[in-house]
Amino acid sequence: MTDLITAPNLTDADGFYEALIAAHQGLTPEQSTALNARLILLLANHVGDRDILLDALRKARETGR
Amino acid sequence: MADIFEQTLYPYRRSPDQDAAAPVRHPVIVVGAGPVGLAAALDLALKDVPVLLLDDNDRVSTGSRAICFAKRTLEIMDRLGCGQPLVDKGVTWNKGKVFFDERKVYEFDLLAEAGHRRPAFINLQQYYFEAVLLERLRELQAEGRPVQIRGRNKVTGVTRDYSRVQLTVETPDGPYTLDADWLIACDGAKSPIRSFMGLDFHGRVFEDNFLIADVKMEADFPTERWFWFDPPFNRGQSALLHKQPDGVWRIDLQLGWDIDREVEMREENVIPRLKAMLGEEAKFSLEWISIYTFQCRRMERFAHGRVLFAGDSAHQVSPFGARGANSGIQDADNLAWKLKLVLDGTAPESLMESYNRERVQAADENILNSTRSTDFITPKSDISHVFRDAVLDLAEAHPFARPLVNSGRLSVPATHAGSDLNGEDALPGGPERTRPGAPAVDAPVGDGWLLESLGTDIVLLGINTSLPDMSGGDTLPVTVLTIETGDDRLGALRERYLGRNEQAVYLIRPDQHIAARWPTYDRKAISAALTAATGGMS
Repeated sequence: MTDLITAPNLTDADGFYEALIAAHQGLTPEQSTALNARLILLLANHVGDRDILLDALRKARETGR
Repeated sequence: MADIFEQTLYPYRRSPDQDAAAPVRHPVIVVGAGPVGLAAALDLALKDVPVLLLDDNDRVSTGSRAICFAKRTLEIMDRLGCGQPLVDKGVTWNKGKVFFDERKVYEFDLLAEAGHRRPAFINLQQYYFEAVLLERLRELQAEGRPVQIRGRNKVTGVTRDYSRVQLTVETPDGPYTLDADWLIACDGAKSPIRSFMGLDFHGRVFEDNFLIADVKMEADFPTERWFWFDPPFNRGQSALLHKQPDGVWRIDLQLGWDIDREVEMREENVIPRLKAMLGEEAKFSLEWISIYTFQCRRMERFAHGRVLFAGDSAHQVSPFGARGANSGIQDADNLAWKLKLVLDGTAPESLMESYNRERVQAADENILNSTRSTDFITPKSDISHVFRDAVLDLAEAHPFARPLVNSGRLSVPATHAGSDLNGEDALPGGPERTRPGAPAVDAPVGDGWLLESLGTDIVLLGINTSLPDMSGGDTLPVTVLTIETGDDRLGALRERYLGRNEQAVYLIRPDQHIAARWPTYDRKAISAALTAATGGMS
């Protein structure tokens, strides 16, 4: 089984981050929330594996303030 | 002629039991002549188990209740000898469409493969369903089968001891007492019997109201299930449209929680809602209006000594998914053959515990599916709403999101995979859908169908292999049946039962669930599976 990758894995970290913020440019908080939801669903489908997704949900829930 | 639901179909008649010096004892009493009680009574009568059916009414139910009857229900009705009139009267459908706002985002086909006798669903008013079953009951009586129905016999009390259940029954001529070896309570969601016995009924209440309107109109909508999320004519809510026989359309409009039910039910408020949906120019007449809320819940156990609960008395779900009446019919299907064996003394009384286990498992599956649908249709938090809309937005363009759209996961029968009645699955690479615990899947055989050839006993089915006679030796009635895949030009039989094997032997229960399977005939293995399937005696 593959595990959730938590080591650096992005081919262009700064570039991705910039694109992520740019995608939200000009959106209201509601529109941004909706975009994030669509993005999560698209990426979740790409990952596919149930255990990896549940692990990601757990780690996202455990971190942050 | 009066509508079917206005006719007295089983009028009260004084029974000799009411004049007996001591309570008359019946092997099986079924309480409640709805779809589940009628199915149970028909099944038992066909097995020559004397059965008495009591109902506090004397006619079929009125109003808009169950409407979607699933393929599995029709297959069970075929076994009971009344599938065809149901299909003839009903509106057949396999497809559905889902709309979000003004856009169609998704469509589905519930029976995309050929080689099945029955469609995914028929729509039929519950009163017609009950009327067909009642007519079948009259036929069985005419044939001399041991079944009675007593109208306006209202059960007002139940007491029980180890081997007997005693009922007090109120009639127009006053009360009388009856004894039963077994009592089957099919007396609905508010089950008086459950109350008399002080039994629990736990679950989750959904805070929402739905308006049901049955309208009669000429309309050219296709015969499909149409579901709307947040449509212009019912903003922020959902809507569902189904076609029924006699030009009647069933409309379910979600209203939300904070409403005045009495006000919403008024025709002057219902008509504008319907016109917004159907168009200002639509010509329709109102057949029925009601408002419902629902709960997802079940009893902790469905078997309490010799009292068995079946249908809504034992479990309730939301209507999305058509899992109410359809699961109740499966309860009856599961229960009747077991009770027959127990009453014949060929299976131990403990076999009825498997009714409890298997149907509790099925109820949990139905409640899970129904709860998930309801949470998608009526999101319970802001973020849940955001994700719901995200799924619907994505579904239009991206196929991956379509399986996430949940407007109701429509009724399919439970596979009792972990049941202790199951024997071995010894067929290498055998198809998943016909593994032990699964209901047998239909397939063409010659000019007929596999399921119709199974009959009412336990069946030992040989596919592309001959089998010896099973009569004698075992006390249990086992029918031996052999079929050839060459008789099915579609190749469905091979695909559904053999996989890559050239032949197979299946042991199938009287409710058509598969008990065990092997590549070849093995007398000892079959005996062991037969013992397991019937509760460990024989």
